[in-house]
Amino acid sequence: MTAVFKHELRSYFHSFTAYVFGAFLLAIVGFGAMLYNLQAAVSNFEYVLSFGSIVFVVIVPILTMRVLAEERRQKTDQLLYSLPLTTTQVILGKFAALLVVFLIPLAVISAYPLIFAQFGDVYLPTSYGSLFAVFLMGAALLAIGVFISSLTDNQGLAAGISIAAILFNYYSVSLSEYVSSTAIGTVIALAVLVFALGAVIRYLTRNELLAYGVCLVLTAVICVIAFVDAASFEGLLPDIMRGLSMFERLNTFVSGVFDLSAVVYYLSVAAFFLFLSVQSMEKRRYN
Amino acid sequence: MISVKHLTKYYGDFLAVDDLSFTIDEGHVYGFLGPNGAGKTTTMNIMTGCLSATAGSVEIGGFDIFTDAIQAKRLIGYLPEQPPLYMNETPEEYLRFVGEAKGLKKEELSRQIRQVVEQVKIQDVCRQRIASLSKGYRQRVGIAQALLGNLRVIILDEPTVGLDPLQIIEIRDLIRQLGQEHTVIFSSHILSEVQAICDRILIIAHGKLIAFDKPDNLERRLLADSGIVFTTDAPAGLVREILSGVEHIADAVIREPEHGLVTAEVKTGSSDIYAVSRRLFFAFADRGQALLELKLQKASLEDIFIELTENSVPAAQADEAHTESEGEQV
Repeated sequence: MTAVFKHELRSYFHSFTAYVFGAFLLAIVGFGAMLYNLQAAVSNFEYVLSFGSIVFVVIVPILTMRVLAEERRQKTDQLLYSLPLTTTQVILGKFAALLVVFLIPLAVISAYPLIFAQFGDVYLPTSYGSLFAVFLMGAALLAIGVFISSLTDNQGLAAGISIAAILFNYYSVSLSEYVSSTAIGTVIALAVLVFALGAVIRYLTRNELLAYGVCLVLTAVICVIAFVDAASFEGLLPDIMRGLSMFERLNTFVSGVFDLSAVVYYLSVAAFFLFLSVQSMEKRRYN
Repeated sequence: MISVKHLTKYYGDFLAVDDLSFTIDEGHVYGFLGPNGAGKTTTMNIMTGCLSATAGSVEIGGFDIFTDAIQAKRLIGYLPEQPPLYMNETPEEYLRFVGEAKGLKKEELSRQIRQVVEQVKIQDVCRQRIASLSKGYRQRVGIAQALLGNLRVIILDEPTVGLDPLQIIEIRDLIRQLGQEHTVIFSSHILSEVQAICDRILIIAHGKLIAFDKPDNLERRLLADSGIVFTTDAPAGLVREILSGVEHIADAVIREPEHGLVTAEVKTGSSDIYAVSRRLFFAFADRGQALLELKLQKASLEDIFIELTENSVPAAQADEAHTESEGEQV
């Protein structure tokens, strides 16, 4: 795992990826700090983090698009498969390197609240709590990016899909106000989700029977619940969309609440998508 | 050292490897021979843990490649068909990564890198980016990568493809040299290459193992079906008469005189082709006839290869091929 970690880290600093990533993050946070803390003279550094969080839509794909797609294109994935390493070690090594690249600009940013504290009253727990949440959210988004990169051998496509996925997550709260909150709307949306899940299962396992079976069972369950207790579906869809939003949970920290459930959520998302990445790489061994 | 048992691999409905079983002993250079698409690469990918099998097992030095993958892979160095190189790195950085991943540390790592760099002769390009290297050098970096680690088996998939003749000779020498300390398996679809370096040859076609022997034995095996071609100035009728009195002649095709000479092609069922040619010689001498020219048609490895691989074509296709070749003769 350390071999993969060192190798990845070196490659990020060899190419410009790490620098572009860091520069973007520092630029937007710097810009935010100038706007909020200097010009408007607000002492809350966490507002800057909330303002800057949209930059993840762009910088996470920059960092993750090549992580597995490029291995596949260059056929170096064959090397990884033949080396005495498990796929889990490979994925964790790569993810650890991504975290380090992410932590470096974050370390620079973590000096800002202390600097501002020299000139005024900064409530440090909220600032650092929010910074911690930004780190966890970034880690979760990076894991999503790694998974998307494992699906294709085309970096551009991986970047495009990652941008779309993160953007959707960013706006899911605003979008949730426009989606139908009736029970029937929820049923339709859930059915679509079930079929998407079926497609993913079919892609990952190549087992049509299992995919159709899962779809059929879940659709049946949804229909039964809709019949028996339609009220429970009222407004469920917007709730789900709000619940899945990672950026919304960041705002809880920004408002000064250290939300443990959000911490668990971020960690679960990261673990889940890393697990999927391992499965996706393993699956290629079974093509 | 390596034991492959009932290995089967399907790609969807396509059967790429069909119930393949063989055992490979320590030492020696093994040639993996087969026409394109015979299942060589698939088999090698499975043996090195890059690909799963539909059924069957592979053991490397006693470790199962599917269940004890890490231990088994520690014993193998593998060069895939396309060398898996990181184009933006220098060979030195690349080899360092592979060595570390194979569990080498500090001095041992540096020592092994120096050694393989010398072995494949890439000292001059060690600090250039791999992307700027020629195909021959890239291939060598790929081979260098396969040699790192405390290995017992080196598996090379078509290591000489795309190289110039001089480079091919160098790589062959290297393979021979490696064969002294390791078990080397390399695949090729070029027969002369395999014949030149290997102690043992595995021929596979359509995913099946159809021959596994020393090159000499393979040649000897088909010698029985060889023929004798001779030219004489005796009349055709007499030639036929003399031939009927010679033992071990299975079949004879006599061509009508051309400038008064008769050419005959004789097939023999005997394994000792020289005994048959001696009898033939004296049979003609006894009748006072001269043999003007006598040539033995020994099957070359090339013939064996063609015969073996074509004979393993599924029945329907074989029939077609047969009628086609008959049509040509007519």
